[in-house]
Amino acid sequence: MRENIKFEEHHGFPWKQVIGFVLSIILTVAALWVVFSLSLTAKATIIVILALASAQLLVQLIMFMHLSEHEKAFQISALVYGGTVALIVVGGSVWLMNGM
Amino acid sequence: MNLSEIKDFLIGEFFVTGDPTIYAAQVMIALTTIGIIFTLTYLKKWKWLWREWLTTVDHKKIGIMYIIVAMLMLFRGGADALMIRTQLALPNMDFLEAQTYNEVFTTHGTIMLLFMAMPFLIGLINVAMPLQIGARDVAFPYLNALSFWLFFSGAMLFNLSFIIGGSPDAGWVNYPPLAGGNLSPGPEINYYLIGLQIAGIGTLTTGINFIATILKMRAPGMTLMRMPIFTWSSLITSIIILFAFPVLTIALALLTIDRLFGSHFFTVMGEGLPEMYVNLFWLWGHPEVYILILPAFGIFSEVISTFARKRLFGYKAMVYSMIIISLLSFVVWVHHFFTMGSEPAANSFFSISTMAIAIPTGVKIFNWLLTLYKGKIKFTTAHLWALGFMPNFVIGGATGVMLASAPADYQYHNSYFLISHFHYVLISGTVFSIFAGLHYWWPKMFGHKLNERLGKWAFWLFVVGFNVTFVPMYIVGLMGMTRRVYTYEEGLGWTTLNFIETLGAYAMGIAFAIIVYNIYYSARYGERDKTGDPWDGRTLEWSIPSPAPEYNFAHVPKVKGLDAFWIMKKENKTKKKEKEPYKPIHMPDDSGQPFMMSLFFFISGFGFVWEWMWMGILGLVGVGVIMILRTFDKDEGYHISSREIKRRERAAREDRIDE
Amino acid sequence: MSKANESTIQKNIPLEYANEEGRVKIIGFWLFLAAEIVLFASLFAVYLVYLDRTADGPTAEEIFEIKGVVIQTFLLLISSFTSGLATHELRRRNTKGVVVWMIITLLLGVSFLGMEINEFITYVSEGVNISTSAFWSAFFVLVGTHGVHVTFGIIWISFILVQVAREGINTVTSRKLFIGGLYWHFLDVMWIFIFTAVYLIGMVL
Repeated sequence: MRENIKFEEHHGFPWKQVIGFVLSIILTVAALWVVFSLSLTAKATIIVILALASAQLLVQLIMFMHLSEHEKAFQISALVYGGTVALIVVGGSVWLMNGM
Repeated sequence: MNLSEIKDFLIGEFFVTGDPTIYAAQVMIALTTIGIIFTLTYLKKWKWLWREWLTTVDHKKIGIMYIIVAMLMLFRGGADALMIRTQLALPNMDFLEAQTYNEVFTTHGTIMLLFMAMPFLIGLINVAMPLQIGARDVAFPYLNALSFWLFFSGAMLFNLSFIIGGSPDAGWVNYPPLAGGNLSPGPEINYYLIGLQIAGIGTLTTGINFIATILKMRAPGMTLMRMPIFTWSSLITSIIILFAFPVLTIALALLTIDRLFGSHFFTVMGEGLPEMYVNLFWLWGHPEVYILILPAFGIFSEVISTFARKRLFGYKAMVYSMIIISLLSFVVWVHHFFTMGSEPAANSFFSISTMAIAIPTGVKIFNWLLTLYKGKIKFTTAHLWALGFMPNFVIGGATGVMLASAPADYQYHNSYFLISHFHYVLISGTVFSIFAGLHYWWPKMFGHKLNERLGKWAFWLFVVGFNVTFVPMYIVGLMGMTRRVYTYEEGLGWTTLNFIETLGAYAMGIAFAIIVYNIYYSARYGERDKTGDPWDGRTLEWSIPSPAPEYNFAHVPKVKGLDAFWIMKKENKTKKKEKEPYKPIHMPDDSGQPFMMSLFFFISGFGFVWEWMWMGILGLVGVGVIMILRTFDKDEGYHISSREIKRRERAAREDRIDE
Repeated sequence: MSKANESTIQKNIPLEYANEEGRVKIIGFWLFLAAEIVLFASLFAVYLVYLDRTADGPTAEEIFEIKGVVIQTFLLLISSFTSGLATHELRRRNTKGVVVWMIITLLLGVSFLGMEINEFITYVSEGVNISTSAFWSAFFVLVGTHGVHVTFGIIWISFILVQVAREGINTVTSRKLFIGGLYWHFLDVMWIFIFTAVYLIGMVL
């Protein structure tokens, strides 16, 4: 095979899955704690929980979805492009429509 | 429901009635359908139709089917255009009444953009791109067939509205509240929403298919920067498709849900926001026009460099400019609704981004001119279309920069100035490229050339007619004539200009007739392409016989650089290949599932159009059944033996020698 | 394209990547997921713009039942974990492990759906549905679209499991299961954003 393909070893204990799972739980609980126990302003809360969600996105991509395997350039590019367009769609719409 | 109720429904709502012209068209459609069925039965060609066309997964045949449907749609869209121009030739005509006029301009726009231009370009990409990269088919041949049949299904559903239920009449953009359930109850708008939704799924899957093909199936040695420029344009277009079409899916779906289920996305009641539809529609709509123009740029680049016998000037710049255009295309959409009421900061931002997009486009124009400079120019029909594109597109583009200024646009918006701008860029860009591509790749598709003399007559008549139609539109637009008006008063100074425009439109119609005649004439008497390389081409599609063999390449080519075939010819490598032993070639299986799945989508769509939920759901169940059949399908394909390949290659070679 | 002969597959390459067809199809699916990101983004955009468009009717704070939603979140999160374990077993070429972990994943998915349907029924009985106001239209369609995707995923993965049980783990079943797993993880990620942007923000604002 001419491509430089790297794959993970899968013969032992599924460490990556467990670590990913634990991190996801922590991030989810953290978001709940920020909303229900802390008294940040609405804006600050929203920023923090969105950041926590984004962190969990990365955890899932790297730990569960084998993003770095195989043609990671194509896979990562597709997601980056998609994510950028997503931000334009959401950000652009909120900016424009809230002025209507 | 008793018999008289059924009869009332059928005559009052189901079948379209009224105008004599409608009856005439319905009779024509019925006769044509019967004629086709009769001919197929008489010639005993049903099995052939099923085996060779309805179940094929061959990208070349799928491309041809796209082109055939697109040509038919060009006829209908063009007929719409002539009706519009006839109605507007003089003040206060009553050739079309207002309601009918609304339906005609709606179908004209929707058909030309989505059922003519898109399939034409996708058809040409399907035919040529895999050949250009030295591949034997696209990445997902089954999905390719499904994409075509979904497009066909959506297009047929939309076209059916003319006879059954009534054509949509809210413009090709279909804005609520006019297109909402309150102001447009009934099936008409549903035809638009659901027809486009089904066809849109086909386009999205095509985008995925083309990206995967270009990324993963290039011949050895063909790095990204050695790809033909048309392949680059296909890749970038497909990326735009991938990210733009989901937004359209949502825009159409939400309006459909409003109409069918009473939600409040775009209704004024319930605090909905009709402007949100406009926003979502154009978030898709602007990238869509770049989907329509980038393949055109690719075609022109190939044609110009071939017929100037010169390598494309500034290949890298051409690639990067298309990439920049594709990125910018996602941040200019608000220029379609400068007057909707966004804050000045928003309008300013989008004015600037819109003007910026002219820059990479300008770079391309200069590169084409520099390709021609000191080239050995051959004025074939294909090349004439490419040359004609340049000055006309610059005019269209320059008026685009004028429109980009938001304050100025408050005057131009929705006037005939705007109509002329977008027809200038769409016709001289997309339509000219389609005719260029047709002439250029026709021999590869069918084994003979289109007639040059007829082609040139058609070209000149079309280009002159085009300018006669659309130059006056700039003027009458600046004089204040608004779009989508079904008539106008005399004494405004618009009459002469409108009349001239109508003459120009008829000239274009005659040019189209000449092109159709050319197709027929060339099928009978056209010059056969005996070598596979009728134009002394530069790219790999010209290295195989014409028409292309089922498996495309008997030997997978090894690519040494840009303009791979040109290099092979220079190194005299073309003969050597024939001595190498052949290996068996694996081919994908044909399948009737794409056709059947699309048929079920059609049935489901028809059900939802009429709000007969049972039919809508039943159709979807049918789709599900086909999907289940598919998941258990082995679909392993079959092999063409090396002996068979040798036989076919030899036959193709002898065919040429015998002449 | 020619399929690789099973016996020439290198030992350390996961089966789903072992031949060209598998590699291309996996790339194709990542492309599809990229498009789905934009699809959901459009729904999120509508939802966020419509946050306060309740037409003087019930608001999110009045109607949302957070407890159930938190449980749903953990159900889906655990199912994503078990799906990852299934892929791990897939790489170990252990058919039984794959089937067991995937069935658990699907059961968790069904529980998630059950709770969500229950949630919707509760909201409707409290007087909000898709026609109540723009906000509720946006809510039901965004969350509902996710639910429809989960339903489709459960049905699809079930069919894949049938094939794995019947044929064992080969290049084809391996690829299908891997892609099914990618889809499932994607839906969990989408849920994280729904949980955050819909429910948590609904409680904050």
